[in-house]
Amino acid sequence: MTDQTPAQNSSFQTEALIAEDIDAYLDQHQHKSLLRFITCGSVDDGKSTLIGRLLYDSKMIFEDQLSALESDSQKHGTQGEEIDFALLVDGLAAEREQGITIDVAYRFFTTEKRKFIVADTPGHEQYTRNMVTGASTADLAVILVDARKGILEQTKRHSFLVHLLGIKHLVLAVNKMDLVDYDQATFDRIVGEYTAFANEIGIESFIAIPISGFKGDNITAPVGGAASSNTPWYDGPALIDHLETVEIANFAAQARTFRMPVQWVNRPNLDFRGFAGLITDGSIKPGDAVRIVPTGKTSTVKSISTFDGDLDEAVAGQSVTLTLADEVDCSRGDMIAVADDPPEASDQFETTIVWMSDEALKPGRAYWLKLGPQMVSATVAEPKYEICVNSFEHLAAKTLQLNGIGVAELRTDKPIIFEPYTKSRQLGGFILIDKFTNATVGAGLIHFSLRRAQNVHWQPTTITRDDHALLKNQKPLVLWFTGLSGSGKSTIANAVEQRLNLMNRHTFLLDGDNVRHGLNKDLGFTENDRIENIRRVGEVAKLMTDAGLIVLTAFISPFRVERQLVRGMVPDGEFIEVFVDTPLDVAEQRDVKGLYKKARSGELKNFTGIDSPYEEPENAEIRVNTVEMTVEEAADHIIAQIMPLK
Amino acid sequence: MRQLTHLERLEAESIHIFREVVAEAENPVMLYSVGKDSSVMLHLARKAFYPSPPPFPMLHVASGWDFQALLDHRDKTVKEYNLELIVAQNEDAEEQGINPFDTGSALYSQAQLTDPLKRALTEHGFDAAFGGGRRDEEKARAKERVFSFRTASHRWDPKNQRPELWNLYNAKKNKDESIRVFPISNWTELDIWQYIALEQIDIVPLYLSSPRPTVERDGLLLVVDDDRFRLEEGEEPVERNVRFRTLGCYPLTGATQSDATDMNKIIQEMLLATGSERQGRAIDKGQSASMEDKKQQGYF
Repeated sequence: MTDQTPAQNSSFQTEALIAEDIDAYLDQHQHKSLLRFITCGSVDDGKSTLIGRLLYDSKMIFEDQLSALESDSQKHGTQGEEIDFALLVDGLAAEREQGITIDVAYRFFTTEKRKFIVADTPGHEQYTRNMVTGASTADLAVILVDARKGILEQTKRHSFLVHLLGIKHLVLAVNKMDLVDYDQATFDRIVGEYTAFANEIGIESFIAIPISGFKGDNITAPVGGAASSNTPWYDGPALIDHLETVEIANFAAQARTFRMPVQWVNRPNLDFRGFAGLITDGSIKPGDAVRIVPTGKTSTVKSISTFDGDLDEAVAGQSVTLTLADEVDCSRGDMIAVADDPPEASDQFETTIVWMSDEALKPGRAYWLKLGPQMVSATVAEPKYEICVNSFEHLAAKTLQLNGIGVAELRTDKPIIFEPYTKSRQLGGFILIDKFTNATVGAGLIHFSLRRAQNVHWQPTTITRDDHALLKNQKPLVLWFTGLSGSGKSTIANAVEQRLNLMNRHTFLLDGDNVRHGLNKDLGFTENDRIENIRRVGEVAKLMTDAGLIVLTAFISPFRVERQLVRGMVPDGEFIEVFVDTPLDVAEQRDVKGLYKKARSGELKNFTGIDSPYEEPENAEIRVNTVEMTVEEAADHIIAQIMPLK
Repeated sequence: MRQLTHLERLEAESIHIFREVVAEAENPVMLYSVGKDSSVMLHLARKAFYPSPPPFPMLHVASGWDFQALLDHRDKTVKEYNLELIVAQNEDAEEQGINPFDTGSALYSQAQLTDPLKRALTEHGFDAAFGGGRRDEEKARAKERVFSFRTASHRWDPKNQRPELWNLYNAKKNKDESIRVFPISNWTELDIWQYIALEQIDIVPLYLSSPRPTVERDGLLLVVDDDRFRLEEGEEPVERNVRFRTLGCYPLTGATQSDATDMNKIIQEMLLATGSERQGRAIDKGQSASMEDKKQQGYF
């Protein structure tokens, strides 16, 4: 079946129903849901043709447009005498001459079950920014592959980008099957190759469909049949059937706990004070307990006030106005959240930044950052690395150029309310705005806060950290041992702990290798993972000091900024940095675990001192030189520093 | 768990956009053409700020050749909802010899629509103007942003638009620059009609079929709305049952023959129609990319 017309399709609107019973048709149309998706493909993958086909099959093209299309097909078309569907969706006059789309365009079509908004984005490398833009609002991505060419570098790049932007539903549409005689082996080979790649970058699942946008195979299912008769070996859904049934992201958002960023305070008179916003997560009912972030004040919802009357319930995706039972301070940029699970606020983050401006990122320069209704001043640190969108390698970078994607720390001038992007797109995605040109120059995704969360509401405990420490008759401390692998951190820390134990001190030693067997066994040795490793250890150490313990940690912890991060987690004076100073050649000569040998031979990557830097402490509280001191001397020296004889 | 319908999602998105602009712009205005899209926008604006009235005035660019029924509907609406109305009009058109019969369509729309609009925006210092543009209307509009940035001379630069991610809109601008905001970007013509029917929004009666005096000219069916209409030799107004899918200057806007007197019938006709809604507008004729040229000059 190659020439499907709308009338034969089960999915598209049936003219018969419209003509015979418009009321029934409208009733059906009124209950449709909305799915937003993005199509990605290279210039010749037939993307525009596919979209043109969807519009054409769903009767979204009128006769005058069609006749313009026919005459255009003669002039600019690439399909000979046939209608060139691609011309329907190509855009601005200058681009049309080149036969390529170079911007994000939004298209609309509708079937019996759903309305669709399609973000059509180009495949060129220099337009990463457009793809990211289009993907940011999509629930699903259709990755187009030319069956004759298979998986290309661009296919991988597009998949990486939509995965980065958090799209959960992926469709691998193997197009132009008509040009490979609907060969199953070709399809299977492409799917196999893509599966391997998808696993590599962490894509959890995708569905592969063999199609022909030009001929119409497996775009819609013929009445009474599952697949095109040209692909009898394929038993999955047709593209439209899949698009009609896949779960919409809004459903997952409704299942989370309630959050509504306040957009605008509505005060028509002294008797009414409403907080207007779009609910990003969860649902809310009158009487529900809520908390205003960042003030932490609690109240209950008095009413969900709308033009159509008060509502009994509102859910994620609705724009509403809430009134509260109490007079509480709340303005634009604040958030109304469920009382017992409010979001965090912080001013230091690890982020992924996508740069969208011709002028490169200037680390340290202040940009406006907009996240929901929050607008603050922000600076981006020198990227930790840039991600090559072709090989996915981590490259050293001092800045990010147009279309560059990198991981970097970001600081804001005041705390902002957020969620990690993987948890909430609305509360974890932000844009950066140039303060001089006002242009949107970058977009970012928050991974996690690098600081002790601020303005979050701790469960107050009756027994305080002081009580814990008092009972143990000691001052809690973190003794943070840092130094190269093989410098003697663990050995010295162990000797220090033994001495403290003899002195009736309550201690605990967190050792790098040991922690990686349990708490951090999911982490590797990339720069990213190393930072997370240290962050977690810092959190654990902090909890233990809250319990009144003297904590000893032995981690290479090569980066100053992470050690700084942990220092910021505990009260002033409780963090003691112990630099175990051993020159590289000495440590390598010792090579207790044989690791330097492996690193030198290339067997171990990212090894500190060999192919990953060690940043020496500038102002360590204690420094021990293991060339000049024995283990015993070093331990005694440390004890003398932290437990001065009275 | 509640499945939101596509209209509920579109409504929520439009309301969110209205509120963002009011929160961030200093002096917003809504371009109110009194047409069906404007009527939906007004309805959404009333919802967005309820129980407050929309906190911005309505700006109507009157060409002087508007349908009388449209002007009546405008005045009635403004009064009923207690809105502030600003009318922009080229008062010197007659003196300049500009009229829809003798003047070429490019010059006419420039002098009667684009220039008065720009003048009014500058004069009142509006820094954000809501417009009823939809992405499904035309190929060039499919790529338009929700927040469309304009230079101090109100020009649109298609190469210099800001990327829009998630639902984050950048409303920052320098002095004298402005933004056009399209809250119903993602609505289609069908959505508009469906919403009008569902929400029982009052629209200009010209959208519904009624017997009206018409003449056929250049393939368009024109309604003789008042005695300024210049009949050509041999032309005699004929009463026909007609309605409009789109409303512009009456001597330039083609009607369609129709018996649709209620909303569902209009939708039925639209769905079974074979021409797009802009087909009835003389102003769009010419090269297919002409909308882009007009937009660059400041019309939309």
